[in-house]
Amino acid sequence: MAFVATKGGEGAIAAAHAWRADRRHGNGQGCTLKQATTSFGRAIDRVMAEGALYDPDLAARALLQAEGDLVEAAFLLRSFRATRPRLIDSLPIETGNMRVQRRVSAIFKDLPGGQRLGPTTDYSHRLFETEDGHSPSEEPELTNASGEAPSRIPGAIGILGEEALLESVPAPHDADLPPDLSTTPLRFPAERRVRLQALARGDEGFLLSLAYSTQRGYGNTHPFVGELRMGEVPVTIAPPELGFEIDIGSIVVTECQMVNQFNGSKVAPPQFTRGYGLSIGHSDRRAMSMALVERSLRAEELGESTGSPAQDPEFVLSHCDSIQATGFVEHLKLPHYVDFQSELEIVRAIRAEAGMARQENQEAGDDLV
Amino acid sequence: MISYNFAYLDEQTKRSIRRALLKAVAVPGWQIPFGSREMPLPYGWGTGGIQVTASVIGETDRLKVIDQGADDTTNAVAIASFFKRMTGVEITTHTADATIIQTRHRIPEHPLTENQIIVYQVPQPEPLWRLIPERPVAMRAHALGDYGTMYVKLYEDITRFGRVASAYEHPVMVGGCVLMSPSPIPAFDNPKMDRMPALQLFGAGRERRLYAVPPYTSVRSLDFADHPFHPGRADGTCSLCGSTTSYLDEIIMDDHGTRRFVCSDTDYCSERQDAKDTTP
Repeated sequence: MAFVATKGGEGAIAAAHAWRADRRHGNGQGCTLKQATTSFGRAIDRVMAEGALYDPDLAARALLQAEGDLVEAAFLLRSFRATRPRLIDSLPIETGNMRVQRRVSAIFKDLPGGQRLGPTTDYSHRLFETEDGHSPSEEPELTNASGEAPSRIPGAIGILGEEALLESVPAPHDADLPPDLSTTPLRFPAERRVRLQALARGDEGFLLSLAYSTQRGYGNTHPFVGELRMGEVPVTIAPPELGFEIDIGSIVVTECQMVNQFNGSKVAPPQFTRGYGLSIGHSDRRAMSMALVERSLRAEELGESTGSPAQDPEFVLSHCDSIQATGFVEHLKLPHYVDFQSELEIVRAIRAEAGMARQENQEAGDDLV
Repeated sequence: MISYNFAYLDEQTKRSIRRALLKAVAVPGWQIPFGSREMPLPYGWGTGGIQVTASVIGETDRLKVIDQGADDTTNAVAIASFFKRMTGVEITTHTADATIIQTRHRIPEHPLTENQIIVYQVPQPEPLWRLIPERPVAMRAHALGDYGTMYVKLYEDITRFGRVASAYEHPVMVGGCVLMSPSPIPAFDNPKMDRMPALQLFGAGRERRLYAVPPYTSVRSLDFADHPFHPGRADGTCSLCGSTTSYLDEIIMDDHGTRRFVCSDTDYCSERQDAKDTTP
């Protein structure tokens, strides 16, 4: 079907969708929803984070419908989310109450609660497993790999706070709920809780690259992972008509508390500062990138020199949303005949004028010879 | 079934890395670009060091791998098991027994000898990166021997804090002319690099650079005549072996912040403990 038929292109669109559906179902060999849910946990986590909606089943459906395109799947979740009524805001989750599956600190060799690797690839060798899913190594077989029951573990960096070596958590500006970015436009200057909200749903690749840039000298933050933890946290609501709190379920989150060296300023003594990252699901990469970028965005507040991309809140926050970004980049393939036609006319006119002027100059030059 | 060459990399790649290493040895401290490959461990875990070790290791070598001074840290264990799997060489924890020591963030307390090679894992080979993030500009500074910015940075530290504020990765001058990153070892370890009898090789996989310090080469920590370099350590005693001179880790014992110190070099510490046990 020819592309020119933009008007009345219904047939073309239908054919495109049919082709996609055919490809997606793979002659009945495709992956089922259940298989997707169990096999693609990390993809589902990313889709939920960027889709800003915690619903693993729906995210798995989105993943299948989008043929594994993560941004497209997040987009599906985001647009579904927009249609749901908002019944109530939960109370803030308390990561101190996490049923911890994974908890590591890079700044202390050992600490109360211990180091707990959890389900991680950190120390695996990236070699292909055999087809039945076993690694070709001599790794010992663990019968109970998940170990003892997940437990509640105190935060790792509070110890530094007691010596006042770590900045205290800045108090929220007021007791009001933070503005919700899904219903409120982003405005600058953006307060910290708004910045965190934007980063939490930001594109993982964008956050990762920005975070990486700070590690190579473009807005260095001298970071250490004070604590990285992952596990289930209860979600609690307190309906005003009832006057008491109810647990409505739990969600898996990854939290990163970055501890950053700070040389001090005219008003503050040298101490460690914080960068904070929180991600829906299990994603060390996302939580850590967010924590690095979040700290970078505080450069101006802390009186540090600025000028690197990761230190510019407007640059970072305005461009971190994968769904906005993919829409606007990809919209360039939509018809732009009208605009292009007007550009054509102008370029032709300018060239014609320039050509005439050159000819005149040449003639004038000939006269001089 | 997929099979791998001795030490994972193919011989051609290993040769190309050894050629780069020879160049690095010939120009002490100078960063040599090399064709770093993707390794089965992530960038940042020590891919540069692993490639260097893979290029120089032979069947009769005895390998020691440490991270933060310890053989039993997760990353050290993962790298050691990789080499055990890919080479079959003997893995040792004893510094004196090892022919190759791959390290992240420490130099062993036990002095190294001419028969040993120490391979450092380097995250950022460019010592000027915090001051000059643009690598071509930094390279020009090296070419001109123009290290004024680094001296100014140290001077600013002294005027603001009364001391140099870099506790690790303190820059060194190699052979009196090339500024080099010692990798993120604590300043405490810097003096061990000076005129070390062992060959020191440095690998930065992600940044695709190698460098080297040949045996008995002068390695001087940057300082000023009136503010000499000060290698720091926690003012404490190891609670296991009683050492008052080794580099110490601080361990938090409970929620009340009770803490104690232990040697970061686990081999050094356990040898001292063994010696204590056998002395009457």
